[in-house]
Amino acid sequence: MSGYIEAQLIILCLSVIYAYAIFLPAASGQLNLGAAGFITLGAYTSGWLNGSDGLGLPMALSIVLSMAFVGAIGFAISLPILRTRGVYMVLATFAFAEVVSGIAINMEFLGGAAGMPVDAHAPVEVVVGVAIAVVLFCFYFMSTRLGLALRSIHDDESVSLLFGVNVRTARVVAFTVGGMLAGLGGAIYGHHYNYVEAQTFNVLLSIYILLYVLLGGTQTAWGPLVGAAFFTVLPEIFRQFAVEMGSDWLADSRFIFFGMFIVLMMVVRPEGVVTRTMQDRCAGYLSGRRARTVAAGE
Amino acid sequence: MAENVLAVAGLHKSFGGLKVIDDVSFDVERGSRTALIGPNGAGKTTIFNLLSGVYPADAGTVVLAGSDITEIPSKDRVLHGMSRSFQNIRLMPHLSTVENVMLGQHARAHSLRDLLFPLGLISRNRWRAEAEAALENAGLGTHPGEVVANLPYGVQKRIEVVRAMVSRPELLLLDEPAAGLNDVETRQLQELLEQVSESGVTILVVEHDMHFVRNLCNHVVVLNFGRKIFEGSPEEVHRSPVVLEAYLGTEETAPGENVADAS
Repeated sequence: MSGYIEAQLIILCLSVIYAYAIFLPAASGQLNLGAAGFITLGAYTSGWLNGSDGLGLPMALSIVLSMAFVGAIGFAISLPILRTRGVYMVLATFAFAEVVSGIAINMEFLGGAAGMPVDAHAPVEVVVGVAIAVVLFCFYFMSTRLGLALRSIHDDESVSLLFGVNVRTARVVAFTVGGMLAGLGGAIYGHHYNYVEAQTFNVLLSIYILLYVLLGGTQTAWGPLVGAAFFTVLPEIFRQFAVEMGSDWLADSRFIFFGMFIVLMMVVRPEGVVTRTMQDRCAGYLSGRRARTVAAGE
Repeated sequence: MAENVLAVAGLHKSFGGLKVIDDVSFDVERGSRTALIGPNGAGKTTIFNLLSGVYPADAGTVVLAGSDITEIPSKDRVLHGMSRSFQNIRLMPHLSTVENVMLGQHARAHSLRDLLFPLGLISRNRWRAEAEAALENAGLGTHPGEVVANLPYGVQKRIEVVRAMVSRPELLLLDEPAAGLNDVETRQLQELLEQVSESGVTILVVEHDMHFVRNLCNHVVVLNFGRKIFEGSPEEVHRSPVVLEAYLGTEETAPGENVADAS
């Protein structure tokens, strides 16, 4: 594997983990613009637990403990944050991320603005393995009765309530588990690059992650995977294309085209790239083709 | 006298200064098919919302199957044996038919194990089988995997009834089930409701279509301006001068005076 492909693969895996972290609350209709905050928490916590200046724990234990810590923080802030709705929730989660960032930058023992080196290294296999595990977990999670309840809440909260769904608990669980996954993503980031700096986890990252989820589609568990893959791979394809054309102008302005493409996507597929109907149609097509193949084989 | 599955006593509800429900009391006999009728704005849907706990009552009590549920939060009322459909279809548009029905089972899935069971991954499981059987029994077996938003209105109405039924209620509340249906769809719905009634579930229905009420129900409660004005069999209601007056007005009492009464 060439270094370039490997680097892109790592970015893709991290994006997928982040996207699923934000997808879980989004599936029940909650917009979380605080991904960067959870990622920062996970990255610094695991780095500190593992580091010789901290507790010097093994990497795997540090990652698990940091997830538990981020989950606890997520649970604590979910209680006030889930009282807000719509754009106010976006602002509340954004504010949370800014607070975390501010704290990380001002903590001397975490390296302050200079960032913090992380000791143990997570090789590419670990990053890919964790990303696959997260995807599988989220597919499982969304297929459970709890996942069904989350999708019901997304569609109609008051009717879900009348059928006995504990709406508040379901939302808290989705938000907390999502926070833990973002923390996991942050921890993996830190251990792979062996360095964390609060400024890399800025609001632009949160916005991108929310975009992956919303443009990928929140109706099925495929959405974040498609969204994250799309947004990670597409700018690279644009870049490659510009290089082949030998045009500096094209290379410099590729984000203009990328931005236009995002707007176009919102117009053409306002409910996201992958919708429930599309998933059904694909499944129908695949099972139909299998049936035809079997028939042809006979 | 037969046992009552629902007893409403002295129910009051005001929105601001407007008295919407004024001292309404009625009982629903177990196994009966009771209709709640009245002109527009009589407070029928408000009664339903008070029964299902969408808003709290100002005064009065609601007793369901022997337990006082007046103060019980709406999400727990389904546990006491009450389930409802809605005036405008409130199915989850992004869920398939069978998933909508499985939502109706939610109140029966208490344990963490039930909540974390992968309904969608294991295609043969008892919950899904039960939901599909319920649809099949209602004559809706052909659409289990389809997203409900794409189905005809009459089919969606019947899916709402099936969804409410899988919570295994003792009392089924139906808010204008026949509204917007054509004759064929109304007949199909009526057949489904008769099937529901034969299974021992008590039905309380708010309805405008008097023809539908006469065909389906054996007891009628009539409301006007938030008060109960009459109660009896469909035939008695049909002959009652009070009811006729409420709907059409009389020569002696102009409708305007009724409005003055209520304010």
